[in-house]
Amino acid sequence: MSEEIIAALKENVIQGRKTAEDEGIDEDLKGPGVVELTQQAIDNKIPADTIIKDGLTAGMQVVGDKFSTKEYFIPDMLASAEAVGAAMDILKPLLEASDVKTKGKFAIATVKGDIHDIGKNIVAILLKGSGYEVYDLGTDVPIEKVVDIVRQEKPDYVGLSALLTTTMVVMGEVIEALKSNGLRDEVKVLIGGAAVSDEYAREIGADAYCMDGFEAVRILDSYQRA
Amino acid sequence: MSREGLLIPRPLTRMTDEQVKQIHRASIEILREPGMVSYNKEAAEIFAAAGADVSRTGSDDHFCWLVKIPEKIIMDAVDSAPKAVKLGARNPDNALILRGDEPRVFFITGSETNIWLDVDFPTYVRKDNPNVQIQVPEFKPRRGTLADLCKSAHVCEHLETVDGYIRTVNIQDRDITEENKDVNKFFASLNNTTKHFMSGLTNLKQLDNVVNMARFIAGGEDQLKQNPIISFITCLVKSPMQFVEDTTDTFIEICRRGLPIVVSSSPQAGSTAPIKEAGIIAQINAEVLAGIALGQLVNKGTPAIYGSVPVRARMDTLGDSYGAVETSQYNIDCAQVARFYQIPNYSTSGVCDTKAPGQQASIERLFSDIMVTLSGPQYLHCAYGLLDCNSIFCLMQAVIDDAHFQMIKFFLRPPRIDQAELGEVLKQIQEVVATPQKLYISYIRKILRSGEISPPYAFEGSGEQDEVFKLACERMNKLLAKPVEHIDRETTATIFRDIPGILPRLNIYEQEG
Repeated sequence: MSEEIIAALKENVIQGRKTAEDEGIDEDLKGPGVVELTQQAIDNKIPADTIIKDGLTAGMQVVGDKFSTKEYFIPDMLASAEAVGAAMDILKPLLEASDVKTKGKFAIATVKGDIHDIGKNIVAILLKGSGYEVYDLGTDVPIEKVVDIVRQEKPDYVGLSALLTTTMVVMGEVIEALKSNGLRDEVKVLIGGAAVSDEYAREIGADAYCMDGFEAVRILDSYQRA
Repeated sequence: MSREGLLIPRPLTRMTDEQVKQIHRASIEILREPGMVSYNKEAAEIFAAAGADVSRTGSDDHFCWLVKIPEKIIMDAVDSAPKAVKLGARNPDNALILRGDEPRVFFITGSETNIWLDVDFPTYVRKDNPNVQIQVPEFKPRRGTLADLCKSAHVCEHLETVDGYIRTVNIQDRDITEENKDVNKFFASLNNTTKHFMSGLTNLKQLDNVVNMARFIAGGEDQLKQNPIISFITCLVKSPMQFVEDTTDTFIEICRRGLPIVVSSSPQAGSTAPIKEAGIIAQINAEVLAGIALGQLVNKGTPAIYGSVPVRARMDTLGDSYGAVETSQYNIDCAQVARFYQIPNYSTSGVCDTKAPGQQASIERLFSDIMVTLSGPQYLHCAYGLLDCNSIFCLMQAVIDDAHFQMIKFFLRPPRIDQAELGEVLKQIQEVVATPQKLYISYIRKILRSGEISPPYAFEGSGEQDEVFKLACERMNKLLAKPVEHIDRETTATIFRDIPGILPRLNIYEQEG
């Protein structure tokens, strides 16, 4: 029974079916989606780390492979990541009560003066779907708010997004504010957005530039292995 | 069944209805005065018998006939010319139905070039840093052969947007002669594509051999009438206003056999036609109407296609300039005039002036391909792979052109806007605006694989280098590796037994042993 649930969970992650109402790639696939199957797994006393490792992560691994061979597109990746994110929300109380840890806390914001958030939202979905605990601070986020979150929630990572050349300078100001508050060494700062680059990341003292959400996941995962 | 083509619901036009009527009246006036100069005796006699004012002129050793054609002959011909022409195909599902009053476009290859362009990708090493190596496309022109024609027909069979095949290369093998050229080019083409095949005729003596070959393939005389798998194009008119002696003979004989035929005229604005738009359009219309009239007088009801290939002259060489913007304007005008008569139109786009694939080729051909397609000619000779006007054919370019026509066809899909559609999207908007992330991405998945979303450019590279030519060559080779449905063994045997002159190497069953 447990194996069947985990197999179904993995398959529904691959299909990107968050709930029983969702359509997957295979239109004939019906029945419970990731949310319902995660609950079934919990009800059947399957350990949280098994649900994550053999169901959710194993499914996302297949999705990533299909994306790299161009069989899947970004909407497919996001659907799967959203489904995994919803499963992680259900598993959160179990994880907190156990020794199983997430990959880390990630605070993400579109900086002050900028309201563009498509890229930021996609990064948030992908990170959550990859096992990170995401704090989405929204758009037009004041520098002080980022500093406060770092101080209070102690995230492992801060992601800053900007589309405009006029607002990208705020990223540097955030890093300076973290330094002046003695918090810079507590977090890794990653930046992204159409206006910025690898070179700009180095210029303002960020830890990394992420070209897109997939690179953000790759870079964070590399920190896990380091 | 037949191919669907591309319906243009509101065709692009340049002229008002009144301007079209003015062109018509001017053409009628041109046909009356000065009329046509006929170097073909039989054509002059046919027009004289129908009531035209025909007089002999010139010296004893170089003479011709002046044929002044009254409006009635022209209008009777316009009335009797079929308003719908069927072009059949070996695979009946590939038949084309051209309706003169319906702007449904079919995309056709051609035309015959002397030069075949091979593509190679040699590696170049940077002088100051041998670690840097790049592959650069190199184009190698050579004379076209029978094998090339087979390859071209084979690939075009698999190109999705190609609706019909006009031979792309002049076969110049050592064992090809004026006597055996027609049977070989018809057989090579028909054996490698199941789509409609149109061609000119090199030697009138070969007409019956070619028609008999088509009868064998179609399954008999009646079957060929029902499913005319071949049609002809004849340049019986030489601009300005002349019936050519030999091609007019060919035209008359083809009309007698009742097979579909394009009445083609290709005046050049600035040299063989007035440079002014009104002038070239009035003249080409007169020339094509004269040809259609001759065809109807020879055999009433001959399925004739209004073949307009107007082109502007280059000012530096007085050669053709298919890349000139005016050339597209003329073709668009002719599509509109042909529709006025409700006679299916053969038009031209995609021919470019440059000699090799590259930016100029892409810009010139795509510009005219889009513009002329929008005007809704029924039979669009859109010159897959053609370069240097009509001189060079590059199969890789044909593969690239197919991708461009897929884009054009996608663009011209009618919009889906109705209450059901709006109801669905309003619901989406209400749902998404209420979510924190405000993204519509989850709704894409339902249609992602339905063909409703256009794919990325077919030859997009993975790195920063332009890889179009390399990827197009890879696709070309894949298509060449795909089998085609050849003419069956029994019919092939009959053709080789009864039709003289076909080279044994074209018999794939004999080659197989």
